[in-house]
Amino acid sequence: MPAQINRILLLFTAFIGLFLVVRHFLIPETFGQYGHYRGASLDDISSREMVFADKEDCFACHDDIMEILENEMHAGLSCLICHGPGREHVDDPQLGNINKESGREFCGRCHDIHPSRPLDVVNQVDIKTHHTEKTNCIECHNPHALWEGME
Amino acid sequence: MEDHYQHLYEMLSQVEGYIYPNEIELQWGILIVLYPYLTGLVAGAFILASLERVFKIKVLGPTYQLALITALSFLIVAPFTLISHLGQPLRAYEIMITPNGTSAMAIFGFIYLWYLLAVLNLEIWLDYRRDFVIWAKEKKGFMRGVYKVLSLGTSDISPKAVKLDDRLGYIITVIGIPSAFLLHGYVGFIFGSIKANPWWSTVLMPVIFIFSAMVSGIALIMILYMVVSFLRKVKIDMACLDTIAKYLFYMLILDFTLESLDQVHRIYEAEESFDILNVLVNGRLNITLFIFQIFSGMIIPLIGIGAIQLFKVREQVRKIIYLLTGVMVLVGIFFMRWNVVIGGQLFSKGFHGFTNFKLGLVGSEGLFMAIMWMVLPFVILAFLLWLLPPWKKEEAA
Amino acid sequence: MAAAGTLVLSSVSRPFNVLLMASDPPPEEGPWWGIAIDITTCIGCGMCARACKMENDVPDEPFYFRTWVEQYTVLNNGEVKIESPNGGIDGFKSSVPEEEIFKTFFVPKMCNHCSKSPCTQVCPVGATFESPDGVALVDEKYCIGCGYCVQACPYGCRYLHPEKKVADKCTLCYHRLKNGLAPACMEVCPSKARIYGNLRDRDSEIVRFLKEHDYQVLKPHLNTGSKLYYNGLTAEIS
Ligand code: HEC
Ligand code: HEC
Ligand code: HEC
Ligand code: HEC
Repeated sequence: MPAQINRILLLFTAFIGLFLVVRHFLIPETFGQYGHYRGASLDDISSREMVFADKEDCFACHDDIMEILENEMHAGLSCLICHGPGREHVDDPQLGNINKESGREFCGRCHDIHPSRPLDVVNQVDIKTHHTEKTNCIECHNPHALWEGME
Repeated sequence: MEDHYQHLYEMLSQVEGYIYPNEIELQWGILIVLYPYLTGLVAGAFILASLERVFKIKVLGPTYQLALITALSFLIVAPFTLISHLGQPLRAYEIMITPNGTSAMAIFGFIYLWYLLAVLNLEIWLDYRRDFVIWAKEKKGFMRGVYKVLSLGTSDISPKAVKLDDRLGYIITVIGIPSAFLLHGYVGFIFGSIKANPWWSTVLMPVIFIFSAMVSGIALIMILYMVVSFLRKVKIDMACLDTIAKYLFYMLILDFTLESLDQVHRIYEAEESFDILNVLVNGRLNITLFIFQIFSGMIIPLIGIGAIQLFKVREQVRKIIYLLTGVMVLVGIFFMRWNVVIGGQLFSKGFHGFTNFKLGLVGSEGLFMAIMWMVLPFVILAFLLWLLPPWKKEEAA
Repeated sequence: MAAAGTLVLSSVSRPFNVLLMASDPPPEEGPWWGIAIDITTCIGCGMCARACKMENDVPDEPFYFRTWVEQYTVLNNGEVKIESPNGGIDGFKSSVPEEEIFKTFFVPKMCNHCSKSPCTQVCPVGATFESPDGVALVDEKYCIGCGYCVQACPYGCRYLHPEKKVADKCTLCYHRLKNGLAPACMEVCPSKARIYGNLRDRDSEIVRFLKEHDYQVLKPHLNTGSKLYYNGLTAEIS
């Protein structure tokens, strides 16, 4: 074989061989287990820490409030909406380590009068004018039992 | 990080209409404008070289090696623009080891390597092998070693062996032409295959990219040939230069036709995206599109070189026109890439608004970085011209 | 010698195994997750967008969202006004006088978890993919951060994470799903405007919802195989 073809073939074979070997060692272990991706990444993603607690957990200790809420207009609302993620509280229940959001701005996110907000889904008031004699909504409406003490 | 957010808040204040919140930040900046620009120059320069080799247009002889070496210098730099824009540049090797069969971008590594190693390097090597052997004999010391290594230890320069080199080189050039088309056509396909983006998504995109690549590559070689001749203080071969200009003229016409066809089609069909593209083209893109890309990058060069085809023009004037139109074409094609890459990200994929793009000076996506990547190929070119001087070759012959 | 031989052989054959597997249809057993969003019951409280950022380490800046809420206002003169101040995280204030409004509603947006997803199609390295249960995910240890998937998503649901420098998107709270919990955005939705469920289970909430409502997907002409079904989608929405 002529020298130049010889050299070219030699170089290319060496290059391709080297590439295949390097490639073999670089491909991650679980690549291709389920499809063209790293199979282990499914575990990586599903083993992330959860931030929001499971609301069923609240039931174990606060069944009284769950029961009240169940028969209330706020029945569809998860505890976590107003009480925040609550992960820390579930792990170590204490007074003060969980949010208790209330106030005109907060309740207003759902209840402030807004043209795009369907009235048949949520009742709305103008939070700037609705019973301004008290500042916080929860001074009149118990957030769990909304009409409690009012007739 | 703070700077980054600062920049984004500034862009947020310039948003027009409504865009999806994640679209405020442009993912692809000037480096991705450079990438198709550089590969385009490569493909174009190579096609010019193969005109001489395969299509036997012998007047182009003086630019054959120059075109090949230019293609090589730009090809070496091209992937760096891609890699340096990545969020995780160190993981770039993954594209070679687990390329995703359904991704247009995944093929990049292979086409690139194929083109670099199997086409360009091989063709240049075969073309210079005989000279390596001769130079290794002539030179002394270190340079002798370098040329020895470059000749890969071959020493046979009998007419029979040289004829084989020539034969092989010819075959490789024949393979090289579709490879060059592939190299740049696939870059067009990267954009043309994104159905989410109506500014990109057109079947003509790869074809337009190929022709604009040829335009820019030919213009580059035309200028380089004049500059290199000037620096070497040798007389420019006017027959060669005129022929290059003639091919530039043909390619410009083809490119212009294709791009117009694309736009006419878009305007006539006026699909749902038409309204927003209309505003885009007449608003944020009007200067880069109408002035730089179409007017000074296409129409003026067409008139300039066209006039030379029709009328007898003095040599000195011809040279000046070639130089000017060459630069204008290069700038025009750069802005063509700009309008595709940046323009395609300025409007919302919801078709209700625009974000803005501001080129930063520093940083990995900044202007200085871009200038560096643009200058580097010329440095490599200078080095390669010193190492593999095409004119020494002629003397040896 | 033999060892080197098998090494090279397996290196050659492995990618083909991968290709074959990738073209397999999704397994017939196991869940196949889908989402339904009811525009007619969304009250635009923005709790979903807020919870999503808390749950998933999404940067607080208003340029990165896995889910957000848009407010559409169709005026009497036919003009469409769309807003999403900070993705709706801080709630919405009405901005147009009532008498000019023809129609107005909220549209929550999130990843469509398409079954023919254009984003996973273009990933050059196989760092983003559809999981066997139909969730489009990103492998953040493998993503090279090229941004191609962000370009390919027609719904604007992806972004490059500014700190991790990789693509990031809705995972349908995969870590919660796998533990039998609802995704954070669904958990905090007060009006059941967001529903998720197993599309293969004929008794699941989502299948019942789809039976009872006239649903549609976003940008159906793009044929993305979207698994996010909207009730109450109107012509203005894109
Ligand atoms: C392991 C039992 C337990 C679980 C689970 C639990 N809590 Fe508690 N929680 C407590 C105890 C004990 C207190 C303190 C009561 C007290 O001292 O009056 C408390 C207090 C509270 C308070 C009042 C805190 C304050 O500072 O006023 C709130 C609100 C609350 N819990 C909400 C929740 C929510 C929401 C969940 C579910 C995510 C939850 N809890 C889960 C045991 C629990
Ligand atoms: C609409 C918002 C809202 C929802 C939904 C809600 N809470 Fe509360 N919750 C509050 C507020 C506000 C307070 C603080 C009341 C106060 O300070 O008087 C509170 C107080 C509490 C307390 C402290 C003791 C008390 O009775 O005042 C507990 C325990 C509690 N919530 C548990 C729950 C649990 C469990 C759920 C879910 C079943 C739940 N909450 C759902 C808003 C809410
Ligand atoms: C995440 C949204 C949300 C938040 C936050 C919220 N609510 Fe509600 N609220 C609702 C929904 C949904 C209903 C039930 C449906 C309806 O009103 O028809 C409701 C019902 C009510 C009602 C009863 C209306 C009626 O027609 O009987 C009152 C009163 C009320 N909420 C007060 C409050 C107060 C006070 C707060 C603040 C602590 C609050 N809500 C926070 C969503 C919310
Ligand atoms: C001073 C006590 C008081 C305060 C404070 C108060 N409300 Fe009320 N709310 C009432 C009473 C009483 C009613 C019964 C109907 C009425 O008077 O409008 C009512 C009715 C409502 C209703 C039902 C409206 C309807 O049309 O049926 C909603 C919703 C509501 N309130 C939400 C709120 C929210 C949100 C806040 C805080 C911004 C708030 N309320 C603060 C006393 C109060």
